[in-house]
Order: sequence, then structure tokens, then C-alpha cells
Amino acid sequence: MWPLAALIIGLSILPFFARAYVVEVAMLFFIYIILAQSYRLTVTAHDWQLYHVVLYGVGAYTSGLLGKHFGIPMWVTIPIGGVMASLIGVGITLPLLRTRGWGFYIATFALAELVRNTWIRFHNPFGGPRGIIGIPYGAVLGGIDFGERIPYYFFTMGVMLACLYALYRIDRSRIGDAFKAIDIDPLLAESIGIRVPRYRLLAAAIGGFFAGIAGGVLVHRLSQVDPKLFAITAMLYLLIWVVVGGYRTFWGPILGVCVVQAIFELSRPLLEIRPMLFGIAVIVVLVLYPGGVERAVMQAMGWLRARRKALAKTE
Amino acid sequence: MDLQTAIQTAASAGAASTMLMLIAVGLTLAFGVMQMANLAHGHVFMAGAYTVFVLYALGGVPYWAAVAAAVGVCAGIGLAIERGIFRQVRGDVVAGFIATAGLIFIFEVFMGWRWGWGLMKIIPKPYMIPFNIMGASIDFARIQLIPFAVVAIGGLIFFMRRFKLGRALRAVAQDPEAASLQGISINKITALAMGIAGALAGLAGGLMSTIYAVTPYLGHAVILPALVTVVVGGLGSVEGTIIAAVILGFTQTFVTTLTDGVTALMVLYAVMGIVLAIRPQGLMGRVIA
Repeated sequence: MWPLAALIIGLSILPFFARAYVVEVAMLFFIYIILAQSYRLTVTAHDWQLYHVVLYGVGAYTSGLLGKHFGIPMWVTIPIGGVMASLIGVGITLPLLRTRGWGFYIATFALAELVRNTWIRFHNPFGGPRGIIGIPYGAVLGGIDFGERIPYYFFTMGVMLACLYALYRIDRSRIGDAFKAIDIDPLLAESIGIRVPRYRLLAAAIGGFFAGIAGGVLVHRLSQVDPKLFAITAMLYLLIWVVVGGYRTFWGPILGVCVVQAIFELSRPLLEIRPMLFGIAVIVVLVLYPGGVERAVMQAMGWLRARRKALAKTE
Repeated sequence: MDLQTAIQTAASAGAASTMLMLIAVGLTLAFGVMQMANLAHGHVFMAGAYTVFVLYALGGVPYWAAVAAAVGVCAGIGLAIERGIFRQVRGDVVAGFIATAGLIFIFEVFMGWRWGWGLMKIIPKPYMIPFNIMGASIDFARIQLIPFAVVAIGGLIFFMRRFKLGRALRAVAQDPEAASLQGISINKITALAMGIAGALAGLAGGLMSTIYAVTPYLGHAVILPALVTVVVGGLGSVEGTIIAAVILGFTQTFVTTLTDGVTALMVLYAVMGIVLAIRPQGLMGRVIA
């Protein structure tokens, strides 16, 4: 508990000392953490889908359009974006419920592109390939202007902590256990009375909701949105976070975002060949060291513990 | 749509169908023996196009020799992917799926870094044979793929039915365990499937390189329709994939002519959604995907 509290306090002090650029990057980190963590939820139910980034886009478009055309403040539009993303997630999963494994992954990719192409195809209201600009920045509440950098930083951080808490509780609940049972053995899960299709839909709905929230939080900072942001490349990065970080424990995807994005930021001089490095990284992790950073951390902790025990014995 | 446009569209639809077929048949073959396939298969196609670009447009090698080299190079890439990734993660569908997704980045960056990102590579047409059918003029380079594809896929089906090795391939697709008990080496068969898949993609890439804009992002445009074809046709079923390629190739080309490319893709994906909702195993598949 203490390291966590120290981390939160550290993050609360950060924006008052760090450069503006660092604060903006930190906000992106928070948003990516919500995204990666909500993706892990559907992954625990064995549904590695390729539509997650598009649901993030659904949240961004919904929240952005409502804010721009109707002037609704973001406190209302972001949850609506989440609900919308949740509905689209269910809509994509529903016709594919009878497929599993590789075929399911591919089919989700195609239906996600169907959704994304509607944004490109229909200039009104989605703005076509160029997207939408002039989306209002954060709203004012209680005399604090959330359009400013530091208040929005705290807003993003608060949303992230709330989402993480909710996802953690779901992960530890009976629902989370049912997801894991489906992942390990769907036939066995079905035979002990878990309704597999219903739980897969539930995973899509919950994961989609939080992805939509992440999109809404993003759009009111960027103030613009375009379909390219949610293309397959973004989805590949999401996969890389979750695979490199590991998805067996709750903390894996968070570690993945931090490690991968930190390398991403530091490797700006290698801009051109950067995607290749990540491609190689994901293959190396999968082939040579499945489990990724999460496994390395666990091994290091186990080693330290054994060492401490050995020391205690000798004394 | 007047007759002339209709004939021209039908010719391009034929070419699009055969291209989908060459790429998707390789994917479905690989899926049959491994329960997963290469997500970067469109990029193998792109490697075929780049081989022709490098040898023929830059190196001055005769066109047909360059196409043959593309087939060889892509078969080699297929074998390398089998050895480097699929053999290592056998049985783990998720790992195979994501690792080959990572390959997409490697291919794109390598091509862009070596031969430039920006402008498309212009590959001069090796010959000009304009056809005239009822007032519609069709360039032969556009449809040269069709006879090659018919021969290649016909040969593949013949091989799978009549040759011992081809039958072994089908046996592994039906039941890997029983097949290996009969003394069939699974490793050899998956390598064979990936080699054939690579060769077919290389053939398509080499022959279509004069038509397509050859850029590092060529693979993106090709892979998703091919994956949709495999899923619609039925994972692991070569015959189903051929039928699906014809249906989807014609649908996509005609909708593109009537409206626009984005709408055509949307129609393609919607068709897939409907087919999977009704028949989750695809048109002719046995396994539920």
C-alpha cells in the first residue's frame, strides 16, 4: 500500500515542477493506461480482439461531437461516449459470438474497420478523413478551468485512478473469475454453469465502456480527432503494451505502457526505424520470454525474497 | 453503367478475385495445418512486388525472371516465418497471432528504410497488349494474373489430391495427432504449407507490381480483404476460399465502380459479419472458427 500512496503523491507533485511537455506526456500515459487495462479485461475472457482502439475512437468521436455541436460539458459527454463505445463493442461481438480463436480475432478486425470507415465515408457529421477540429477543451467547474494544463492533468489522473479501481474490483469479483474460467477452458466453464456467450458480451461491454472513457478524456485535451488515430497501427501498439507488459496480473499492462512508452519517448532520434524495434521486441518476448516485464518483475521479487530468507537463516 | 464500363469492371473484378484468391488460399492452407496464419501475409505479397521492383526496374533483369525470383524469395520468407515464429509457438494461437502482427512493423520499416518511404515506385510495364472487347479496351497487364492463378491453384488442388505429400498436408489439416502417428512430420508439413503460401503471395505480388502503387504500406491494403475472404470461405477450406474470393472480388470491384472504395470495403466487412452470424464456420469450413 505504501509504495502506491508514494506514487500517487509523487504524481500529484509532478506537474508543478516538470516542463509542460512532460505534463502532456504524463496525461497521455494515464489515458493509455486506462486503454491497456480495459483491453486486459476482454483478454482475461480469452477474447483478443482488434476493435478496442476503434471503441476508444467511438468514445472520442461521441464526446467530441456532443461537446462541439451541442455545447454539452465534458462531465456529461465523456460518460455518454463510454456508453456508446460499450454498445458498439457489444454490437461487434454479438454477430461473432459463435466464432472463437483466430477466426474471431480476424473478424473483429474487419468489423472494427467497418466502424472506422464510416467516419471516413460520412463527412457529415464525422468530418471524413480529416476528422473534426475545434472540439471544446475541458469545462469550468467550481471556479477551476479544466481547459488549463494542470487542472486537466489532475482530472485525467483522477479518472485513471477511478477506472483502475473499478477494473480492479471487477477483476477480483465473481465476474472476473468467470472470465478467467472461460480463458482456461471454455467447455469446462460451460459445464459448471457459466453462460459463456453472455460473459463474453459482458467483457466486451465493460471493456468498451472504459475504452470510450479513455477516448473522451483524450479528445477534450487534443481538441481534434481524426480516423487515422484509431487505425490498425494504434491497435498494434496496444497489443505490444499488453504483451510486453504481461496480462496475467493486474499490473502487467500498466508496466507495459510505462516501459514501452518510455522507450518510445526516448527513442525519438531513431524515429524511422522505431516501429521495427517494437516489432522485434514483441516477437522476442513471445518466442523467447513469454510473460514479459511482469514475469521479470515477479522473478526478481522472488529472487530477492529467497535471498532475504537465506540471509535471515545465516544470522 | 454502360456495357463498356461493365466489361472493364468485370475484367478488373476478375483480376481482383484472382489476387484475393492467391493470397487467401495461402492463408487458409496455413490455417488448416496450424490453426493460425500469418497476419503479415499481405506484407509477403508486398515483398514480392518489391523483388520485381528491385530486380526488374532497378536491376534490369528480364521481367519474367524477376517474377520467378519473387516467387522464390517469398517462398523463402514463408519458410523463415514458419521456422522463426510458428514452430516456436506451436499450439499457442494468441502468440502466433500477435507475433506475426509484430512482423507487419518489421516489413514496413525495412522496405521504407531501404528503398524510401514517400513516392510510389513506378515499375514500367514490360509489354503493352491492349485488348478490345466490344469497344472496351483492357490492358493485358491488368489481367495477366488470371491465367497464372488458374494454373497455380489448379496445380495446388491437383497436388493435394493426387500426390502423397499433398495428401499428407490434408491429413494434418484433418487431425494433426493421427497424422503424426502415421509417421507424417508435422514440422515438414507446416513448412510446406508456409512455403506454398509464400510462393502464391509472391506470384501475385510480382505480377501485380506493375498495376499497384508499390509503397511500404501496400501490405495494409491487401491483407484485410484477404483475411475476410479466408473467414468467409471457411478456415482451412481451399475450395470455400476460392468461391469466397470470386464473390468478394466481384462485389468489391463493382461497388467501387458504382460508389467509392471506402463504401466497397464497408460492404465487404458487412457481408462477412452477416455470413459469420449465420454460418460461423464460413461457407465451406468444418471447424467453427
